[in-house]
Formats: sequence, C-alpha cells, structure tokens
Amino acid sequence: MPLLEVTDLRTYFTTDAGVARAVDGVSLQVGTGETLGIVGESGCGKTVTALSVLGLIPSPPGEIVAGSSIRFNDEELLGVKPARLREIRGNAISMIFQEPMTSLNPVLTVGHQIEEVLRLHRGLNKRDARATGVALLAEVGIPEPDQRFDAYPHQMSGGMLQRVMIAIALSCEPRLLIADEPTTALDVTIQAQILDLLVSLQRKHGMALLLITHDLGVIAEVCDRVVVMYGGQIVETGATEEILTRPEHPYTQGLLASLPGIGDRDVRLNPIPGTVPSAVDWPDGCRFRDRCSFAWERCAESAPDLLPVDAGSSRSARCWLVDPDDSSSGLAGEPT
Amino acid sequence: MTDASLSAVLPGFPQMLKGRWGAGGMSLTVWLGLLGVLLTRWARFGAGWGGPLDHQIASLTVVAGLLGAWGWSMFDVSRPAEMERSGIGQWSLTARAFKKNRVAVIGVMVVVWIYLIALITPLIAPHDPATQASLLTARLVAPGGEFPLGTDHLSRDVFSRIMYGARISLSIGFIAVGISVTIGTLLGAVSGYLGGWVDTVVMRFVDMVISFPRLVLLIAIVALFESNSIFLIMAVLGLTQWPGTARIVRGEVLSLREREFIEAARALGFSRRRIILRHVIPNALAPVIVTATLGVGNVIVLEAGLSFLGLGLQPPTPSWGSMVSDGRGYLLDAWWISTFSGLAIVLTVVAFNLVGDGLRDALDPRLRT
Amino acid sequence: MTTFIVRRLLGAIPLVLGIATIVFFVVNLAPGDPALRFMSPNMSQEAIEQVRVNLGLDQPIPIRYVRWLGALGQGDLGVSFSHNRPVLDVIKELLPNTLLLSVSAIGVAFVFGILLGILQAVRQYSLLDSVTSIMGLFFYSMPSFWLALMMVLVFSLFAYELQWPVQFPGTDIQSVDYAFLSPLEKVQDRLLHLTLPATSLALVLAAGIARYTRGSMLEVIRQDFVRTARAKGLSEPVVIFKHALRNGLIPVITLLGLYLPFLFSGTVFIESVFSWPGMGKLVVDAITERDYPVIMGGSLVFANMVVVGNLVSDALYAVVDPRIRYD
Repeated sequence: MPLLEVTDLRTYFTTDAGVARAVDGVSLQVGTGETLGIVGESGCGKTVTALSVLGLIPSPPGEIVAGSSIRFNDEELLGVKPARLREIRGNAISMIFQEPMTSLNPVLTVGHQIEEVLRLHRGLNKRDARATGVALLAEVGIPEPDQRFDAYPHQMSGGMLQRVMIAIALSCEPRLLIADEPTTALDVTIQAQILDLLVSLQRKHGMALLLITHDLGVIAEVCDRVVVMYGGQIVETGATEEILTRPEHPYTQGLLASLPGIGDRDVRLNPIPGTVPSAVDWPDGCRFRDRCSFAWERCAESAPDLLPVDAGSSRSARCWLVDPDDSSSGLAGEPT
Repeated sequence: MTDASLSAVLPGFPQMLKGRWGAGGMSLTVWLGLLGVLLTRWARFGAGWGGPLDHQIASLTVVAGLLGAWGWSMFDVSRPAEMERSGIGQWSLTARAFKKNRVAVIGVMVVVWIYLIALITPLIAPHDPATQASLLTARLVAPGGEFPLGTDHLSRDVFSRIMYGARISLSIGFIAVGISVTIGTLLGAVSGYLGGWVDTVVMRFVDMVISFPRLVLLIAIVALFESNSIFLIMAVLGLTQWPGTARIVRGEVLSLREREFIEAARALGFSRRRIILRHVIPNALAPVIVTATLGVGNVIVLEAGLSFLGLGLQPPTPSWGSMVSDGRGYLLDAWWISTFSGLAIVLTVVAFNLVGDGLRDALDPRLRT
Repeated sequence: MTTFIVRRLLGAIPLVLGIATIVFFVVNLAPGDPALRFMSPNMSQEAIEQVRVNLGLDQPIPIRYVRWLGALGQGDLGVSFSHNRPVLDVIKELLPNTLLLSVSAIGVAFVFGILLGILQAVRQYSLLDSVTSIMGLFFYSMPSFWLALMMVLVFSLFAYELQWPVQFPGTDIQSVDYAFLSPLEKVQDRLLHLTLPATSLALVLAAGIARYTRGSMLEVIRQDFVRTARAKGLSEPVVIFKHALRNGLIPVITLLGLYLPFLFSGTVFIESVFSWPGMGKLVVDAITERDYPVIMGGSLVFANMVVVGNLVSDALYAVVDPRIRYD
C-alpha cells in the first residue's frame, strides 16, 4: 500500500476571468522511503498539487473539487477535521518551500521557529526543545548551531536558511517530506549541497520525498520515479532512468531536447514552440497539441487518457501516439 | 424602441439597461434632476440671466448640464460597443479597474452632484441664507414645511445655509488643494531628481512642517495675522498641505529616476528642466491624484474646524463649521442646527474619500488579478 | 539599539530648532508690531521698554532670532496676558490633563482599531468586513468636534432628559464636589468625565487605524512565512496572532508617530467642546483673548510633543522589528 495515494485530484480557483482549473485530474502514489519527482513548466499545477496534499490551498479563491481523494497512510485527508490535519502537518507530512528568505518569519529567531514545532507536536519543554533544535541545526550542517539558534533570518544566507527550513521540516521525523523547488532560488553550488543533504537525511530517516522541480538535472540526481505534468494533468510517469532516456510523450521529449548540452557551444537552443495555455481556458482535446510537432486530427477531437506504454509496466503517457490500437497517426514505428 | 430614441428622451437609460449603471446613472440623474429644477424653478431660471453673476452661472449650469447629459448619451449610443473594452494604456486600465469598484463610482456620482448643487444653489435654495425670517416667530423652528431643516437662532433657514455653505467648502477645498499639489509636486520632483543638498534641505523642511500639528499651526497663523479673509485661509491651508504631496512625489521620482527612459532622455541631451517637467512628473502623477482627492476632504474638515473655533470666515457667511458652532448653544432645544450642518460635512468628505480610495485601489497594480 | 536611539535623538534636534524657527517667522511676518505680541497693552511704559530691550525688538532680525532661541532654551515662553503668569507655568499646570485625555484616547483607538482591523482582514469579503468598513469610513470622515457634539447630545443631554440609567457628563474634568469624594468615587468620577471626550477622539483615530491594520494584515497573510506557519501545523489563532500580527503591526506602529499631529489637533477641538481644562482649551481661549504669548508657547509645546511622540514611536518600531535593531 503506498504511503501517499492521490486519486483524481482537482483543484480549481475562482478568478475574475473565470474558473482556473489549476490541477485537473491528477493521480499519483509515493511509496514508503521512495522519492517521486514532479517536473513541469511554471503554471502546470505542480505546486498546487503539493499544496493540496497538505490542505494549504487558500480557500476563498481555491477549492478542491469533490471526487478528489488524498489518502495518506490509508487515511483520507480530504474532509478530515481541521484539528487532525494540523496534527499531521509538520509532523507526519512536512513541507519545505522555494524561497527560504521569505518563508521564515523575519521577526522571530530561527531557533524559536524550530522550537515551536517541537513543542507543538512533541510536547517538549523549552529546554529540551532548544537542545533538540541545536542538534537539528548541526545535523543539517549549520556551523556554530548554538549561536545560530538565536539568530534572525535576515542575518543568514539563502543556503543556510534552506537548511534551517529542512531542520524544521525534519524535526518531528515525518514519513513524507514535500519539497517544492527547494533549490531553485539558490546558487548552483549551494543547490548541490542542499540536494545531497536531502538525500542523506532521507536515507537516514527512511523518509519518502515528493520533490517538485522544473529542473531535469535535479530529477536525474535524486528521484526514483518521475511524474511529468502539463496543463494541470500528468502527461507521463515512470522510472527516472526510463523517462530520461526513452521519453514517450512529445512534451517530455521537448523538455529533454531543450536542455543545452555542455559541448554545444555554437548550436542554437531548442525551446518548445508556443506558450502554456491559460488554466481558465484549457483547449479541447489534448492540451499540448498546439505545441506538438506530432499532433493530428485525433488530438483535437478527444483528450487522451493516461495510457500504459508497455503492457504491465508502470510507465504511462497521455498521448494518442502510445495507443496500441490506433495507427491513424500515420507514423511508422515509435517516435523518438 | 431604438437605443437612440430612448436616449433622446431619457439619456443614460439605455446605458443603464445594458449594465453600465455608473455612466448611465450619472447621465440619467443629471438629466432628470436638472429637468426637475428647470420645471419647478422656471421663474427663477428665467430671471437668473439678468441677475448677479452667480445666478447667471446657476442658470448656465442647468443648461450646460442638460446639454451635456443629453449629448453624451446620444454620442455614446452611436458608438459601436467594442470601442469601450479596448485600450491597454495605463489610464484605460485604471479607468476600468475604477469602474468595477461600485462604492467608488457612487462616490464620484455624489461628488459630481454636490458640485452641481453648489453651482445651481441660487435657483433651488428655498430661502436666502442671510435673511432672518422673523426674530419673533421664526427662531429655532423645528424641521419641516417652509424650513425643511429648521431655522437657527437668528431665524435663518438651515437648509439654504447648508447649500450655500457647500459652495464655500468646495471652493476652499479645490483651491487649497490646487496650491498644495502644485507646490508639492514641483518641490518633490526637483528634490527627488536633483538629490544632494537640495534634497536634504527640502526634506528637512518637509519633516518640520509635517511634525507641526497642522491645526495648531493654522491657529497660530490665522490668529497672529488677525485676518479672516478667505484668501488667507485658502493660502494657509494650501501652504500647510504641500509637504505631504512633496514627500510622495519625491518617493516616486526616486524610483523613476533610475528607469531606462530617463537615462535615455539624459543620453539624448535633454535639459534637466525638460526631463523633470515632461518625463518625470507625468509619471509620478498617479499617487498625487489620490492624495489630492483625499486632501480635499481633509481641507474641508480643517476649514470647518477653523470656523468652529471662530477663526474662519465671519458671519453671515454660512460656513458649515461656524454653523455647527452656532448650534452648540442650542444643542438640546435645536439640535438640527449642529446636526445637519455636520452631516453635510461628513457626507461630502465621505464622497471624496470614496473616490480617493477608489482611485488608489484602481492605480495599484498589485490589486489587479 | 542604543546607536539607533542616539541617532534618532540627534536627528530630532534640528527638528526642534526648525519648529522654533517656524514660530519665530510666523510671529515676525504677521502684519502689525511684533512687539505687541509679547506685551500686554496694560503694561506700564517702563515694563514695555524693558521687554522691548530684552527681546531685542529694536535689533535686526538675526539678533532677535538668537535672543528668541536663547529665551526658549531657558524655558522662558513669555508671560500670559490673561493669566498674568509665565506661560510655562500655566502650561505645566494644564499639560497633565491634556496628556490624560490624549493618552487614553490613543490607547483606546489603537487597541480597538487594531483588533477591528485584524478581524476585517481575517474575515475579508464577509458582511462584517463590508459593514464595519463603511462605518469606519464615516467615522474617518467626521470632524471630531461634530462627533463630540453629537455624543454630548445623545449621551449627555438626551440621556438626562430621558433619564437613562447611565449618563455621561458633557463638561469638565471632574464634578463640582470632586474634592469631597472618596478615592474610589474620585476614580469613578474621573472615568465618567473622561469617557465622552476620549471616545470622540478615539473613534475617529480608530477608524483610520483599523483601515491601515486591515491593509497591512491582508498583505502579511499573503506572505510565504504565514504559509510555512500553517504547514507546520500551528493553529489558526497562533498563525494570525503570533506570526502574522507581529509583522502586520510594524507599519501600524509608524502610524503612532504619524497620527500624533492629528491627535493633538483633535485634542484642541475636544477640549474646547467639553471645556476640558487642558492645553487645547488654553490655546483656544487665548485666541479670543488675543493672548499671543500663550498661542505661541502652546504651539511650540504641542509641536515638540509631536517630536517626542515620534521618538517614542521610532523606539517602539526598533523593539518590534529586529531587522532595524541589528543593522
């Protein structure tokens, strides 16, 4: 039984321009101790998916539509009592965010912000909470943890703050850590350090990791399995190695093709043409067809489901090209 | 019935039917209201042309208002619908955001109506504001009948005095704010753009004036100058208001100064004066408009305060503030004197504040989805 | 922190000088003989000459200015015409009453305004938000003297006529028989007399504070760290009052400094309406009595109170925001 099982999640936002269907039917699983990556461009719905798991969607404009299901440890999280959800947050499921500089309260010390989680979920008194907190700061690699404990966020660098966030997230030994673009706002060298830290802590605590990123390099380093999102939906899933070497969905192929290689000095970049359509107005049929070089009539007629790539494998792609019963695409053999 | 023919009879109505209740409502209410005035006050309207200047202005306003409402409506009805929605310039975006704000639109309508009423007061005021009806029988009469809002201790009609008082408050408000915005914008822009010691000196001065409790400064000046002239009051109000505007403009200019189009202008060799006047100031105007609108309300309250303390305009000039003060001695017996004059202040200032807030929200890019 | 305070103190000195300068220029620019501002017409000829020499009124302006500053530095604000005592003494007597009124008013205004602002922010778009916002706008647009009169009308005069159980006095700071009351009754008497004046002053301020707090809190609630606080499982009250409020209050504290001039202006009106024996009433009476030394002295003191208030507000700001402290 998977640790986290999301089934047909739909999160919609009401805006002046209409209803934005930010997440429109997403299903995924994360097993115990496993690392699942969600990759996609901005606006594809990956962050909203993550926020939906913890119920952090702001409720006047946003709403998780009925029919969605989020099961954690075989417990349904949607519709659960708020008190129970608060018990789980920071405790069984933790989350770290993209911008460490703004994700911590500027008027409280770093130590205080670690303490409050420990005192809330573990009932520690002030002294024990401080001791544990200092130990956590040491564990995430912050030098002079005892002094840093009393520092304010504005006195620390982005990399250090992200380590603090990780310390806070890990303080109650969660079973699942959701990391939303944890390294995007950091320098490249720091990125590598933070990723290594995440991986080592994950192994040490036996924690599952749901990693959201737009950076395929990060996926390659860290994730066991990958989910590619586009247009509020999952367009491809599978094991990391397979997806990166033999992508089936044209979007994934486009993503990989657009990466500049180190040796390509004088070659032009290969971006995917066009832009992401608006979430208020997803096109009919396949949402990617306007940017897809393989699109044909069927793509406009009906939207493809997530179809299995090879019978029995865990790979699937939301593309008619993968449909074994359909040869109307006119393409011979498999697309590369 | 076509839009055009409907508009010819009831300008503004077709627009309202289409949901544009702001513009349409303004037009319709002006049309119906002024028409009503014209019909019920026909005699005075006719006589107005030969009378004193403000009577002429009043009659002129009625005519201009009617023509304006009717003309706008006919013109608007003849335009194709799409022309409305287009336009992505800063001002069109602002206008559209503003129109969505219902209370702000109401505020604009109220402000326009207050100005109209102020202009046509000679036509519609039931009595002359200084006439004492009868010190024997008509003192402190309760509201109703011949005196819609009652009479004061000198048997003058409160309602008429309030209407005439509107003219005073609005003029003072307008001119004082005009003075303050002009001085404040120029000084703020120059100070922000030039920087250095000019900036330091000006901003120190601004700090000093802002620290002074404004009323106390006003009292000191008006008392020491021993004059109740309306010009002194307007000047003093304007001269104590400009520091606020200057600070805001300076802030805008500081951030504008480093923008590329200013650098481009410098690179092209434009003189500093030209850059400031033609490039910097127009772009810094947005918050100034907000401050100016909110400032009118502020000035009206302050002028009322001065009059209340006896420092403002002298009797029989019907300043709202002095009316509140007059009513103070008769508060329990003739509560209507202070109450209604104060209410007039509140409603006017509320209207200006609604417009000012609406403008501020409409100009704030962060509040747009 | 200390450097911060010292810097602010140093910065206040030119401000104080500037205020004195402004008053000096107003006095000297006004039409008429500035000498008459300092001398009561009733004084004897020698006394007049003495004052003229003391103040150097026959000297050129720069010397007069220096003498003026010198006199101020020694606490000499002149002699009041109507009270026949040094202005400084008169002010010292009445200042506590004004402080009592203003401090109560601003305290009530901030507490009430902040709570209302938080409530409006947390329940944005609700009926409560809309209704209180509109009411707030009305109060914010009201002249304080009119609100004061209306409150006297309702809670003092009508209440008396209609014999309501609770009636508030509409004048003065204490009842006639104050001296004969027991200590507890004295406190009660003070509070009763304080209620209407302080409330009229506070309501107008509170409306502005609520608006500002609402705006500030709305911005803060949208910030990332509030989301982090929720993601940690903290309860909503803790998220709002501990995390959001501490940040949301920071700009509101600057309001304290900003509103002081309004507060003191309002005090002038309120004291006048309620015959509250404070500095405001002193200045207003001085206007009718043409008691120029009092007008000038009162203005100076009010303005300097604003400077002091700003210092206090800056210090509070540093206490609340560690980013300022540790710079």
